[in-house]
Amino acid sequence: MTQPVLSVRNLKVEFVTRRGILRAIDDVSFDIAPGEVLGVVGESGAGKSLTGTAIIGLIDPPGRIAGGEVLLQGSRIDNLEKEAMRKIRGKRIGMIFQDPLTSLNPLFKISEQLVETIQTHTDMNAAQARQRAIDLLTEVGIPAPEKRIDGYPHEFSGGMRQRVVIALALAAEPELIIADEPTTALDVSVQAQIITLLKKLCRERGTAVMLVTHDMGVIAETADRVAVMYAGRIAEIGPVREVVQKARHPYAKGLMGAIPTLESSAERLMQIPGAMPRLTAIPKGCAFNPRCTEVFARCHVERPDVIPVGLSQVACWLYDTRKEAAA
Amino acid sequence: MNVMPNEPKVEAQTLRQWLNDSDLWLSFKDSPITIMAALTTLLIFVLAFFAPIFAPQDAFNPAVLNLMDGFTHPLERGAGSNMLFLLGSDAQGRDMLSALFYGTRVSLIVGLCSVGFSMALGISLGLIAGYVGGRTEQIIMRVADIQLSFPGLLIALLIFGVARGLIPPNKHETTALFVIIFAIGLAHWAQYARTVRASAMVERTKDYVQAAQLIGIKGLPIMAKHILPNVMGPVLVIATINLALAVIEEATLSFFGVGMPVTQPSLGTLIRFGQQYLMSGEWWILLFPALTIVILGLAINLLGDWLRDALNPKLR
Amino acid sequence: MFGYLIRSVLQAIMVMVAVAFIAFSMFRFVGDPVASIVGQDATIKDRQELAESLGLNDPMLVQFGRFLGNAVQGDFGISYRQGRPVATLLRERLPATIELAVISAALALALGLGLGIYTALKRDGWAANLVMSLSLIGVSLPTFLIGIGLIYVFGVVLRWLPTFGRGETVAFGWWTTGLLTESGRKSLILPVVTLGFYQLTLIMRLVRSEMLEVMRADYIRFARARGLTDSAINFKHALKNTMIPVVTITGMQLGSIVAFAITTETVFNWPGLGALFVKSVEVVDIPVMGAYLMFVGLIFVVVNLVVDMLYFLIDPRLSVGRTVAAK
Repeated sequence: MTQPVLSVRNLKVEFVTRRGILRAIDDVSFDIAPGEVLGVVGESGAGKSLTGTAIIGLIDPPGRIAGGEVLLQGSRIDNLEKEAMRKIRGKRIGMIFQDPLTSLNPLFKISEQLVETIQTHTDMNAAQARQRAIDLLTEVGIPAPEKRIDGYPHEFSGGMRQRVVIALALAAEPELIIADEPTTALDVSVQAQIITLLKKLCRERGTAVMLVTHDMGVIAETADRVAVMYAGRIAEIGPVREVVQKARHPYAKGLMGAIPTLESSAERLMQIPGAMPRLTAIPKGCAFNPRCTEVFARCHVERPDVIPVGLSQVACWLYDTRKEAAA
Repeated sequence: MNVMPNEPKVEAQTLRQWLNDSDLWLSFKDSPITIMAALTTLLIFVLAFFAPIFAPQDAFNPAVLNLMDGFTHPLERGAGSNMLFLLGSDAQGRDMLSALFYGTRVSLIVGLCSVGFSMALGISLGLIAGYVGGRTEQIIMRVADIQLSFPGLLIALLIFGVARGLIPPNKHETTALFVIIFAIGLAHWAQYARTVRASAMVERTKDYVQAAQLIGIKGLPIMAKHILPNVMGPVLVIATINLALAVIEEATLSFFGVGMPVTQPSLGTLIRFGQQYLMSGEWWILLFPALTIVILGLAINLLGDWLRDALNPKLR
Repeated sequence: MFGYLIRSVLQAIMVMVAVAFIAFSMFRFVGDPVASIVGQDATIKDRQELAESLGLNDPMLVQFGRFLGNAVQGDFGISYRQGRPVATLLRERLPATIELAVISAALALALGLGLGIYTALKRDGWAANLVMSLSLIGVSLPTFLIGIGLIYVFGVVLRWLPTFGRGETVAFGWWTTGLLTESGRKSLILPVVTLGFYQLTLIMRLVRSEMLEVMRADYIRFARARGLTDSAINFKHALKNTMIPVVTITGMQLGSIVAFAITTETVFNWPGLGALFVKSVEVVDIPVMGAYLMFVGLIFVVVNLVVDMLYFLIDPRLSVGRTVAAK
């Protein structure tokens, strides 16, 4: 098996607050293969964005990585010095944020922001960098790039801005892109275009993508594999087709069941009663046990191991086929 | 549904539990500086307001003074009455410690009343501006903006001068307290108005206001009832910082000679006296009122800073 | 763009007229122009004739118009107390205040900017915390106490610097300057420090808080995610974005520094406009009060206009038009 581009092992992220230490990400592990698109879904507050931020090393105090490892092409990056980590950002890992309006500095021209990024990571001179910037803009589908490149962010529409953001993220040809809700702030009509663009560019370059979103539809269309997060933990992770059509974890089942489709004949959307617990009140055992329809005794006591089922892995005691007596 | 074993039982919370939960108290407890500032302020307030009880001498009653006690150094006894002057005495044998208590009392009265006045005026205008909107709002806000860029001192001086022009000279001393409170109060309404108007703007569009208007009830009092609790936090922060400012402004005005008169002196008036003696060596007449103002101002500002940080949701 | 400029100028004029109206009201209703000219023995008939000749029985608007006309030509009436034209008084004292104000402002601006940026970037360092604590004391210290303290230490105890007045000045036409004589320069030091100190702490705290706010913005996060260096982020991006709100408020602050000079001038017996104003309040010399008000209003309005223009240069959102781009 080829080495994964990204390997997250037992990641823990904590926040030190006046009320004590809150664990926002609790023992999360997954791999992303080269060129693969991994979707990460979950409700707001489940920790999906935070995972991305942790990987790229941008967690601000009072948050911090409290345990586990993050490996890029086999080497650890979670414990690097500031300067070493800075060199990785942009060059080897790129990140796209949710709101294209606020992602670009309104006081600088697009050309300046692009050229600056390009020159930070390569040895090009100004003219070469500018040409590369124009080429990038062409690739992301900005018409008449030689003219528009000298414009300011407010002169572009939302969709155009997000294309510029993608260009900026891809400028140094990173091996991995973390896309944090890249379409949530865009018009519905534009969302599909942006996702298609992202997918195409990454496929052409062999760039892996970690696509964080709460929009299951996007995942179903775009991702190769998907991880479902709940309360800072992974509930289920596996190939997209399996998880979407044959979800095993009760929470994942609930999520997939809530997607409206034209074929289904149900009259009501399936709802999961209750709400995700706050970080200060995560239940003992499985975090989902208060809301789970198939809960039993063990769920309240022991936190479930991640158990392989089919091509997926599920963190649920329902799938533990070993005898309880065995260690 | 079956009973969820992990659900906490709902109990009546004791005060201790509520305090433990409250962010405000937690941040207060954690900050020794804030605690000290609060205690200092409290101490000064108590000493000042209960001056007649705490002060060794009724400092501004000429009958009590003994000229022979004049210019006693701190921690020494007066030549005339043999009283112990902890902080020394001034030219007329007045005990500086007592003078300090009484003076602080005047300063604090001016400070608190003017802040109360500013708050009342500012909140009312802010509510009106936010509720009525249109031209009225624009005018009020414009005036507020312009006023905010001028030092309160200038405005207070101006109002004071105008008031003086309108009041006959023989009434100047007796009305000084009210004029100063009015002047300083009028100089500082703008910040409250701004904050409250911002909240009012948001509330005005809400359904309950429009519903009330449809029925024929005035929306304004209802809106006020909803806005005020939300807006109290920032308003308190502004009020605290304003209090320090008001005390300092009053002191400055009195120092100029256009503030509290000799018969009802504040800390500023005391400093004005003290200045003449600074060069000739009786430093204590100036130093102690000066120190008091600085400590009072610092303590109140620290409290204001803490309050602002504690109430700021972004910093939690 | 022109629309913006014209609107600014119009607003400026409106404010001036409003201020003039306040001054006019003061003149008309608080002062008694008649009583100040004639003595106590004048008969009622004499007073009425005088009132008529002064135009005091004309409609309000006419009187205001006359007032404005006079003001624009520099005629502010006669000082009640000194019997001389107010305009002459203003002219005599203007250079003292302007010199003091400009030098203090420059000092406060330079140091305030520098310290503000420093304490924002190094927010946890001991030096930064020290500076912040000192600044808190600075805001709590009344200016006049700072003045007295400085006079005592440097004038009385150490005897290094003069304790009052401007020292020797050199005259150029109607302008006098203290910068060309040693005693003049020495006399400037303490007042400048006193006046500038408060401004400095205000500007410093403002710059710091704005910069901290900017550093939390999305575009800064995205810049970090692209791997830009710290110096590029701090001094290129964050600084430029901080400037906009800073320019506004600093402009307004400095515009009113002339008014802030009141205290400093009084403490140091500085023969400027502020000291004149305080004296005029003491004796209720209405013409002087009114003229001072208008002068301060003028400065405020002019500085505001300049600030508005500056915006234009800094913020491209105002100068470059908005275009509707194809999606």
